[in-house]
Amino acid sequence: MNRVVITGLGTISPVGLSTKSYWTALTAGQSGFGPPTIFAAERLNTKVVAEVKGFVPEDHFDSRQIGLLDRVSQFAVVAAREAIAQSGLSFRDGLGERTAAIVGSGIGGQTTQDEAFKRIYGENAPRVHPLIIPRTMPNAPASQISMFFGIKGPTYAVSTACASATHSIGQAFHLLRAGTVTCAITGGAEAQLTHGTVKAWEAMRILAPDTCRPFSRERKGMVLGEGAAILVLESLDHAAARGAEILGEIVGFGMSADAGDLTAPDPDGMVRAMAAALTDAALAPDAVDYVNAHGTGTTANDAAETSALHKAFGTHVARLAISSTKSMVGHALGAAGALEAVATAMALRDGIVPPTMNYLGADPACDLDYTPNEARSRPMQTALSNSFAFGGLNAVLALRRFGG
Amino acid sequence: MVDVADGVIELVGSKVRNRQGPLQMSDALESLGLESLDVLELTFAIEEKFNIEIPFNANTEFDFKTVGELVHAVEGLVAKKTASA
Repeated sequence: MNRVVITGLGTISPVGLSTKSYWTALTAGQSGFGPPTIFAAERLNTKVVAEVKGFVPEDHFDSRQIGLLDRVSQFAVVAAREAIAQSGLSFRDGLGERTAAIVGSGIGGQTTQDEAFKRIYGENAPRVHPLIIPRTMPNAPASQISMFFGIKGPTYAVSTACASATHSIGQAFHLLRAGTVTCAITGGAEAQLTHGTVKAWEAMRILAPDTCRPFSRERKGMVLGEGAAILVLESLDHAAARGAEILGEIVGFGMSADAGDLTAPDPDGMVRAMAAALTDAALAPDAVDYVNAHGTGTTANDAAETSALHKAFGTHVARLAISSTKSMVGHALGAAGALEAVATAMALRDGIVPPTMNYLGADPACDLDYTPNEARSRPMQTALSNSFAFGGLNAVLALRRFGG
Repeated sequence: MVDVADGVIELVGSKVRNRQGPLQMSDALESLGLESLDVLELTFAIEEKFNIEIPFNANTEFDFKTVGELVHAVEGLVAKKTASA
């Protein structure tokens, strides 16, 4: 089996439009939260979201390209461009045929769909833009990356709500490990912040009115976010042969389903996914140094995830570094797992645990050390990145520092 | 206000999972087997029926412990709406 390494990272996030700025912001505890500006919020209760700020499509695409790209695909392509540039790879001379593009999205081109439906139903418009369908489709980010960079191998989207990106990266990892492909462009993208989507989230009554404070007492729910993160993965042999800088290694991937409630989290399903990732990586639980938690900030998730961490790690749980970076970038659904995989890889590389911000103090149901309010230096070798989705779908990646 | 009470009780009754016979005002909502999504859908159904907004965040406890408390709360919200109309 091939070892699978990371040679490129690209990020579009509410706290930075590159991996470097994103990681610098996370380690500094900077929040990307603010009032809505990119969608009509007058008739909404939502006062805080995590928007990608300062993203100017014209800086990245010409006008003909912009016509083909919903915001979600723009994020994906720009993040991929950064990651591929860092990797130094070109896919033009046959490598594209041995490269996969597996990119998750929970919703797809929601801005395009929202605007089109407003015209159709709200304004009785006699006609709509001809490219609504290919801009909206959830596989648009994967397809656009394929077309922009010449990726001609296995290319598809994975849509598993909040776990979409983690499932995508896991699929790419397994294809690489098995030798099916030589390289993979993988991750997730989401641009869900529209009037219609936020209204629908409000109806679930799980959005926080103030801020996202995962695992904290007085936490009141999640903050919606958006963005994209893309990883360039390749076999260690391929990366080493071309002398590429190796940023980290993916060593395991585990999945499970709850087969229970549609939205309520289930600690047992979480435990099985974490255990599956450890087994896949041939790691003992006490070899894990850090867990980048799903940590949405809802009452239910954070209590269930804490319970699951106890069960998965036993007494070692007290020595784990744990944090939720959603406390800074919100919940970007289908991009969340990729944003968090980038954070996890950087944490291992730099030996810094990003913090859980907005933490007010312990909750009886959340009794672990979540790295509250301030990043910590800590040498680390191995980490998990957790994603647990509506529909009871769980996905966990295991990463290792390279060269450690 | 009798019609409000009847309407709320009918909607609660449609979500009950583990009880036979008519609902009583003293019945604890928790004892009726309502799951989290039932509470969400019930809240929405009541808001739709009476065109009111019930302040409720699923990250906090459901404020109404009994059928009677829920009925009275809805009656209050309906009366407030009528008064301001």
